[in-house]
Amino acid sequence: MAESSKSVIKVIRCIVCPTGCSIKVIGKDKKNVTFEGYTCNRGLEYAEQEFHEPKRILTTTMKVENGTLPLIPVRTDKPLLKDKLTDALKIIAQRQIKAPIKMGDVLIENILDLGVNVIASRDLIKV
Amino acid sequence: MIFDVLIIGGGVIGCCIARTLSKYDLNIALVEKEADIASVTTKANSGVIHAGYAASREYIRRNLCIRGNKLYTQACEELNFPFIRIGSFVVAVEDKQIKYLEEERKRGIEDGVPGLELILDKEKIKYMEPNITDDVIGVLHAPTAGIASPYELAFALAENAATNGVSFFRNEKVKRIARQNYTFRIKTNSKEFKANNIINAAGLYAAKISKMVGLDYFDIMPRKGEYILFDRNALHLNKILFPIPTKVSKGILVCPTIHGNTFVGPNAQNITDKKDISTTEAGLKEILDGGRLLVPNLPTRASIRNFAGLRAVPSTYDFIIDNTDVYGFINVAGILSPGLTSCFAIAEKIEEFLELLGLQLKIKENYNPIRPKPERFKDFSKEEIDEKIKQDPSWGKIICRCETIPEKEILDAIHAPVGATTVDGVKFRCRPGMGRCQGGFCRPRVIEILSRELYLPFEEVTKRGEYTNFLVGKTKDLLIDKSERGVEE
Amino acid sequence: MKTYSADVVVVGAGAAGLAAAIEVKKADLSALIIERDKELGGITLQCIHNGFGLKEFKEELTGPEYAQRFINEVKDSKIPYLLDTMVIEITKDKKVYAVNNKEGLIEIQAKAIILAMGCRERTRGAINIPGFRPAGIYTAGQAQRFVNVEGYLPGNIYVILGSGDIGMIMARRLTWEGCEVKAVVEILPYVSGLLRNQVQCLEDYDIPLITGYTVTKIHGKDRVQGVTISKVDRNFDRIIGSEKFIECDTLLLSVGLIPENELTLNAGAEISKNGGPIIDNNLETTIGGIFACGNVLQVHDLVDLVSAEAKRAGINAVDYIEKRYGKEELSKNKIKCTAGENVNYVKPDFINKKDLSQDIIFAFRVNYPDRRVQIQLKDEHNNVIYKRKKVYVIPSEMIELTINFEKLEKKPESDNIIVEVIPRPEVLIEEDEEL
Repeated sequence: MAESSKSVIKVIRCIVCPTGCSIKVIGKDKKNVTFEGYTCNRGLEYAEQEFHEPKRILTTTMKVENGTLPLIPVRTDKPLLKDKLTDALKIIAQRQIKAPIKMGDVLIENILDLGVNVIASRDLIKV
Repeated sequence: MIFDVLIIGGGVIGCCIARTLSKYDLNIALVEKEADIASVTTKANSGVIHAGYAASREYIRRNLCIRGNKLYTQACEELNFPFIRIGSFVVAVEDKQIKYLEEERKRGIEDGVPGLELILDKEKIKYMEPNITDDVIGVLHAPTAGIASPYELAFALAENAATNGVSFFRNEKVKRIARQNYTFRIKTNSKEFKANNIINAAGLYAAKISKMVGLDYFDIMPRKGEYILFDRNALHLNKILFPIPTKVSKGILVCPTIHGNTFVGPNAQNITDKKDISTTEAGLKEILDGGRLLVPNLPTRASIRNFAGLRAVPSTYDFIIDNTDVYGFINVAGILSPGLTSCFAIAEKIEEFLELLGLQLKIKENYNPIRPKPERFKDFSKEEIDEKIKQDPSWGKIICRCETIPEKEILDAIHAPVGATTVDGVKFRCRPGMGRCQGGFCRPRVIEILSRELYLPFEEVTKRGEYTNFLVGKTKDLLIDKSERGVEE
Repeated sequence: MKTYSADVVVVGAGAAGLAAAIEVKKADLSALIIERDKELGGITLQCIHNGFGLKEFKEELTGPEYAQRFINEVKDSKIPYLLDTMVIEITKDKKVYAVNNKEGLIEIQAKAIILAMGCRERTRGAINIPGFRPAGIYTAGQAQRFVNVEGYLPGNIYVILGSGDIGMIMARRLTWEGCEVKAVVEILPYVSGLLRNQVQCLEDYDIPLITGYTVTKIHGKDRVQGVTISKVDRNFDRIIGSEKFIECDTLLLSVGLIPENELTLNAGAEISKNGGPIIDNNLETTIGGIFACGNVLQVHDLVDLVSAEAKRAGINAVDYIEKRYGKEELSKNKIKCTAGENVNYVKPDFINKKDLSQDIIFAFRVNYPDRRVQIQLKDEHNNVIYKRKKVYVIPSEMIELTINFEKLEKKPESDNIIVEVIPRPEVLIEEDEEL
């Protein structure tokens, strides 16, 4: 039997349900891969996304001017590409937003041109 | 200005001497190298006010202890620090130990220790202290032994001394002492003092200070003692429990604190590093093992803190209280146990020495020996709480949940004479952070209050002085810094 | 002295207190919330990460967003609340004493009280780590408060002890603020918190997770300079020779949560082994008319379950006032619930026999993880009256079961029910298997 020239590129642990299947990503290169080890479709979808284009919701704080607190917790309204998180954090760190703020207010629109907004996670009133 | 007396060292001994001398018409200064007084040995000891039978008759500390114990009653009335005479047991578990206790009792009674009694009735012993080991066959009961808060005593002494005119200088480490005619010139971190008389009460560094004036006749060796403090709800003792002592120390006690907790400790380990106040795995095990011999049910799961202190052990094995050959220089060194008990008696001796040195000890007209009792929310009745808050709203803002401490007590601690400038300073004066959550809720609030009252940015508020800042910067600073420098991740 | 009147006093305005108060108001009774902090929301306000609300709202929210929903409802329902107000005493006859700096001493005679004070963190002293006591030692929650609310960084380079969710979340949070997290150290041989956090908080940032180790010494006289970690054996004793030094300037402790029951104890209610008050199936403590919910009762993992429990407490408090208030008499006919094999604690501590026709919600945690288990309820004669299979159990995940005894085949024949979790012989996954 011919030896497979494919190898395990990565092992992804699925976080969709508590079972935590270890899903192997097999292939010669990143473009042509197959997945093994998942036990449901949600797991396969997760592994595909996680391997090709991993994304994360970013949750952090932003400086506030004139608010009852010096910071407001913020989040991205959609997941961001994982490798863009650091840049996004740096941008958020340099901004300051004025109170009053309502939960859901868009504080940074279309951050890094990725179609993702940074929104407020709570109300914050003016001092 | 030339001080009549300069005291080196702001522990309980230095503060006690300062307060005792503050009744006289003298210019007195006290210099302390740490950021706060009472922050080294004074804050890390058992707080026991010993009855005085324990030290051997060949040592001067025996009589100073017996005398010192008596003076605590009046001192407490005047200075209003936490203190109570609950009595102590030295616990015998073997027959031959009973003979030893009987000898101690006899000698103690002869030397003026009141009320010493040997109790052999096990039922009575257990009634007096229900937590005591079943192995007990007899105890030496000393009803005049008590417990105090050594650092709260030191703060009370310092406040009263300052109110009566003593100048306190903290963060001033003595670097050099020179003599010019009959005046000493004392160089510290940032100042130079002139004084006619020096009292060296520098604790662990007393030998170093003494050598600065050429007096090299003793050494101070640090001996570490470790402690574990238990939750107030876990164990309540009625008596201070001692084992039969060894040559080296009084042994590992199980002892109540004046604030209702219980502790076990200390062990006794000779070390060389005078800054090594670390607790050790072996040491903590040793004190738990030792403590269990007295109280088998030590609530090990309910510990809230462990800490260690260093005794300043003199090479002479006894207190060194000398009117030395260097005229005007008095050594008060090697004040190991029972130093806390002896402090008022030691101060009396210093008064004698100063008279011999030709100082005019004339009592000030406006001397006030009373340092009023600090107001504590916990002591108020419900009506009083309401009244107090109406007088001053800062009584109504509770900062420490575990110990129920309002902002007012913290403000008082900061603004008292020789007041708190650090988080530990606040903690030791009025207790936020000493409860079971160890500062979990109150620390950000205490930092905020210190920051506001002392005009310090948050990042500059420290635990106990230089290099002990709590916070390193504002959030976002690191990210902005990296962006500006174009740092690649 | 200021007096307020309210049917129900709710102590604490965190997730539990807010949900409970809303239920009381829905039933047209009056509730008064007393909160020691300067705003409503409790600890969820500083939990700025997401993962909340999947059960309660079918959405994934951040902590502040989750809290805001309840805060909005409290405000819309015009439920009165006192902020910056500390309850200092609760009496057996349901008087509540509180203080704040505007009104002085406040006294409220309540008909019912709902305890929702939450929990506190275990500290370094409680786990007895030897070493120095420098600046730079924080619990994870303290650090979280400084970073997310006050706006300050506790340090630059961290070691985190404890791989529970709080510890792992803080590892990521600090990394996202530009700090360096050198390692997360865990005394158990497995990670304590959710796999999701292990992946997204540690693996994403190459933060090493070191299991089977604990911190055995803290170095640094003035400021933390590093920690020594050592491998531990099965008894959690240090294995000599396994020490490693990790340089850092801050140690974060995420070593456990303890329900905050000082007020409960002083009121005279009995406290159970897990640190929370002893309760019956109605969440009522051993003092009639005083109820408990949320972390003050038992430490929860999911805030959604806190809200559900709190709603029950609110409803039961209303029920108490309408049916039993003034007829002071706690039911004497009770069944005791005991923790059996591999169960750490069980809530409720008691079931009222007269309530056996209702759904009873059991909550418990196991002592050690296991796979392919069977949860069983049995009476003291070893009759199994209920069983349910589970693929896996782990101490860090609380288990809830709703059981109606009337609908079971076997009724409890004794005054004692034992809850146990035992391995089962089957190896295949079966149809009725719960994941």
